[in-house]
Amino acid sequence: MKRLKDFASGIYIGLIGLFLYAPILVLIILSFNNSRSRVKWRGFTFDWYVKLFANKQIKEALITTVILALASAAIAVLIGVPGALGIHAMSKRRYKVMMAFTNIPMLNADIVTGIALMLWFVHFIPLGFGSVLLAHITFNIPYVILSVMPRIQQMNISVYEATRDLGAGPVYGFFKVLLPEMMPGIISGFFMAFTMSMDDFVITYFTKGAGVNTLSTMIYGQIRKGIKPEMYALSTLIFLAVSAILLISNGISAARKAPKQNDEERI
Amino acid sequence: MNEDKVRNGNKRSLLSGPYALWIAGFTILPLIVIMKYALTDKTGAFTTANLTAIFTDPINRKALWLSLKIAVGTTLICILLSYPMVLAMKHLGLGKKGFSLFIIILPMWMNFILRVLAWQMILSNNGLLNLLLTTLGFEPVRIANTETAIMIGSVYDYLPYMMLPIFTAIMEINEDLIEAAKDLGAGGFTVFRKVIFPLSIPGLLSGFVMVFVPSMTSFVIADILGGGKLQLIGNIIEQEFTTANNWPAGSGLSVMLMLLVLISTAFTMRRKTEGRESALW
Repeated sequence: MKRLKDFASGIYIGLIGLFLYAPILVLIILSFNNSRSRVKWRGFTFDWYVKLFANKQIKEALITTVILALASAAIAVLIGVPGALGIHAMSKRRYKVMMAFTNIPMLNADIVTGIALMLWFVHFIPLGFGSVLLAHITFNIPYVILSVMPRIQQMNISVYEATRDLGAGPVYGFFKVLLPEMMPGIISGFFMAFTMSMDDFVITYFTKGAGVNTLSTMIYGQIRKGIKPEMYALSTLIFLAVSAILLISNGISAARKAPKQNDEERI
Repeated sequence: MNEDKVRNGNKRSLLSGPYALWIAGFTILPLIVIMKYALTDKTGAFTTANLTAIFTDPINRKALWLSLKIAVGTTLICILLSYPMVLAMKHLGLGKKGFSLFIIILPMWMNFILRVLAWQMILSNNGLLNLLLTTLGFEPVRIANTETAIMIGSVYDYLPYMMLPIFTAIMEINEDLIEAAKDLGAGGFTVFRKVIFPLSIPGLLSGFVMVFVPSMTSFVIADILGGGKLQLIGNIIEQEFTTANNWPAGSGLSVMLMLLVLISTAFTMRRKTEGRESALW
């Protein structure tokens, strides 16, 4: 009976895995396909990878995408972390109001957020990199706040107050006591924000105006004419790089956990 | 002492000043602006026609109906696929390891438009699925550019957003509770119905919000997998702003869409446990 259950579980996980990874496999295979048409296999080639590095437009879009993600995540942390600290100190009613507003960009459909921001932006700034950055910061701050808030709720504010009573200034107390406590939440918030920004298409599409392209809007623009195979090559590279980074960080955190357990046993 | 604490709290709440300004400038004002567009016609006079158009115009009505169908279907299928997956992972002891989360999250790192395009290649009439079917001796299927194709693409895209919160909720269940239920004579299904499922509801609700809203409002998936003939409400709104260039009409549809989404997710908001650290990282 247990054997049968093990077997069924394995099969099911395998099937879902196949469903999740089949399209990715298709894209990786296409990046090595010696043909511009996407359906037929015409032999193995590295051409698209070579052409990718010579393609200025793709390079520009890639740089825009990465800078946008880094900048919007960093600014979201700078506004969101003090924001969360402040909201935490509020009365219950004001806390609820602020958290409700924090949830608006997360609950609202991307298309509505994107259009509302665009209609507002056209009143005072030209659409371009700046407007996209403002939009990305707007949808990133809630991710930072929602990751940092549980940390703030868990931490013991008395420790901070004690350091203040013992003569530490607010800045010193912040960096020595509050910041280390919040750090895991800040890091996860930053990476969430970074990921959301990298992955966004809809809000960028409506707020970007002409002239600026991220990888997503560039790919969308190519759908009708046919996707350039260099794009498959680039996304394969990004995918492999991210897999490697996640695997390594996974390995590190597993390795870190193991000795800790030994310590506990010794005690 | 108490007064002091209140004063400190007030002082600390000033830290959220910049964020409060940001909310005013980039959350509230844009919503006011879109309302203003929604409530005026092209000449600038007041009208509610843009709002009611979602129900009165047959094209909009059809698109809204299809969007609801796709969203409800996608959400249900995602729930039905997620529970066995999470339970199977738990059964094989994969729950505690970061690796299984990694497997679920990783596909999200391939550009989402490219992944949808890959489905187009898989599902097209002479695509990979039919190649596989005919090689195995089955009849080919014709699902390219149908509602089924949109549904497959949408389930594919949003499945991780359902699996992750359910995964987190179920892995947090105290193993003793399950053991206790078993000791008291509960069979596998009863344990699921009486212990695991009720405790997974917070995860299910956040999964619902994260899947239902985007699958109802997306326009890219229908654009690619619907062959341009099947339109969701998102496609109509997008066209009002790009090809038709009718901002008031597009704003009216957006505002109505926002209200519909808020109404359909409002009840989950009350019960959602707030502020867990994300399962993503």
